[in-house]
Amino acid sequence: MTKKQKKWLYRIIISILLLIVANLIPLNGVIRLLIFLIPYLVVGWDVLWKAIRNISKGQVFDENFLMAIATIGAFVLGDYSEGVLVLLFYQIGELFQNYAVGKSRKSITALMDIRPDYANIERDGELVQVDPDEVAVGDTIIVKPGEKIPLDSVVLEGFSAVNTSALTGESLPRDVKPGDDVISGCINQTGLLTLKVSKEFGESTVSKILDLVENSMQKKAKSENFITKFSRYYTPVVVISAVLLALIPPLFFGGVWSEWVERALIFLVISCPCALVISIPLSFFGGIGGASKMGILVKGSNYLEALSEAGIVVFDKTGTLTQGTFKVTALHPEKISESELLSYAALAESYSNHPISLSLQEAYGKPIDKSRIRDYTEISGHGVSAVVDGKVIHAGNGKLMKQIGADYHECHLVGTVVHLAIDGIYEGHIVIADEVKPQAKQALAALKAQKVRETIMLTGDSKAVAENIAKQIGIDKVSAELLPNDKVNEVDRLLSQKLPKEKLVFVGDGINDAPVLSRSDIGVAMGALGSDAAIEAADIVLMDDNPAKVATAIKISRKTLRIVKQNIIFAIGIKFLALILGAIGIANMGQAIFADVGVMILAVLNATRALNIKNIE
Amino acid sequence: MKKTFKLTDLDCANCAAKMQDAIQKISGVEEASVNFMLQKMTVSADETKFDTVMKEIVKVCKKIEPDCVINY
Repeated sequence: MTKKQKKWLYRIIISILLLIVANLIPLNGVIRLLIFLIPYLVVGWDVLWKAIRNISKGQVFDENFLMAIATIGAFVLGDYSEGVLVLLFYQIGELFQNYAVGKSRKSITALMDIRPDYANIERDGELVQVDPDEVAVGDTIIVKPGEKIPLDSVVLEGFSAVNTSALTGESLPRDVKPGDDVISGCINQTGLLTLKVSKEFGESTVSKILDLVENSMQKKAKSENFITKFSRYYTPVVVISAVLLALIPPLFFGGVWSEWVERALIFLVISCPCALVISIPLSFFGGIGGASKMGILVKGSNYLEALSEAGIVVFDKTGTLTQGTFKVTALHPEKISESELLSYAALAESYSNHPISLSLQEAYGKPIDKSRIRDYTEISGHGVSAVVDGKVIHAGNGKLMKQIGADYHECHLVGTVVHLAIDGIYEGHIVIADEVKPQAKQALAALKAQKVRETIMLTGDSKAVAENIAKQIGIDKVSAELLPNDKVNEVDRLLSQKLPKEKLVFVGDGINDAPVLSRSDIGVAMGALGSDAAIEAADIVLMDDNPAKVATAIKISRKTLRIVKQNIIFAIGIKFLALILGAIGIANMGQAIFADVGVMILAVLNATRALNIKNIE
Repeated sequence: MKKTFKLTDLDCANCAAKMQDAIQKISGVEEASVNFMLQKMTVSADETKFDTVMKEIVKVCKKIEPDCVINY
């Protein structure tokens, strides 16, 4: 508890004791009133003060005003004890709410406690701690075991295991060696690391993530906006109803004044919409906080809400369902030797950074002499052409071979096939295969368990490769041989075909699929550690590259939305019931207080469940 | 220019929403948000007018939630 909360608690305790004493002393008349006024003022002076102050500023119908009116009314009617009790309950509720919100705020910010406090930098042979903000790109920093890596850097010296769990939710540490990239926010576990800073602090992963999570609450979900609108109309309506309830029956139907005024007061006490106003954003915040603990960053409550309606999940293949690390698995030359075939292909593709050309280079294994290559052109969706050692090389898929009129044939092996033609004559092909991620199958099964209607895989690869992978992992539909542009069209088509009230989720690795990510209802980028483009373009970012996290995110979103709905129905339901009971004279002041404080406490407790992610997964 | 300010003693979610509404209506404010959970306020406004806008914001907030202090 903070100092302020403790003081608050003492005031409540003292007031309770004074109230008991006041009830024990047999007094009458003005002295009795004065004795009861002591606990009343001890516990509620600030409420009265705020009510007066706010009225003078033109803020009339707030909760302080309602409480002041209700309790003063009780005193006027002679129910001194009740007047004090109402304020006491109100304050207990407020204190609890303040405490609960503070506590969940703390636990959520603790989840996001990845901000490094300092960086060790060597100056004049001595290690000094400086603010990470002051470190420039290219500086050398030292990270001891147990310390956070303060900025994105490259390892110069040292071997260690780094713990990425704060960023990814992944508990297995990652081994790093000289030359490896390390990401800020990870914890260095075993060895001393000397690092060369590659990004300044503001641009480092840790700042990007913190920014993202902190801004996530600005995008409000529909249910949050509903509550804001609801409470805007609700309070004035209730106050006017209360006035009518107090005036009309006694004036026109011969009711007893004291009875109807009391009912109107009860009506007012019940009316406060706090339970809703506080518990809905708290639930979303809890859901977003819980998700970020699992390495799932949600950019706004609106996305978390939309995700619960996910009906179609579209996956990009490469890097999302497959490793994205291609390996040359077979060389099938026609007349030239295997090594010649490989070297021509590697040279021709050496300017491309497509995963396929990278795998060719890896298989080639020798440094590339770029002076041997001229006139390099990339033919989108087909392959490349270049002049190597004076010979025109075409390397690419079957479409490219058809285009240049080379007589090619397909391979019996499944994989991505790079055909090669020299001076227009077919010289053979290289088979490159991509491995399916170990979690891919489980990821799709989990989506089905979450009642996702359809799963689709999009790929630029050949039909045979795509269908082979689809069979392995159990995906519903495949669209293969798509050019980058076709992917956008395909997603547009799916968007126009989906059922109403159903959302389309696109999952990609954030490379080359920014247009699709922004077009779909919810764009999910994965493997975002270190990729700025993905963090920018997506609505939801998976920090590691485990596709099973998509289902986890849907689970968290559904749980959060369930809590939100429970709270809306529960809070509004109990309030209306209590309002009716109060109006017809069945509910007394005590029950009215339960409707107000009790509902709020229960709603807040329910909302904090959203933060609990133990049972997810 | 976009700036973020820490808020102390922002005790009610409803007031935070009211503050946000009121700040957005101030002329010169391009975008504003009051985050109750993080106790933070973000304001975007023209750099040359930022100080005058800020004075207006403080005044408006004082009116809605007198206990809340904007740290700037």
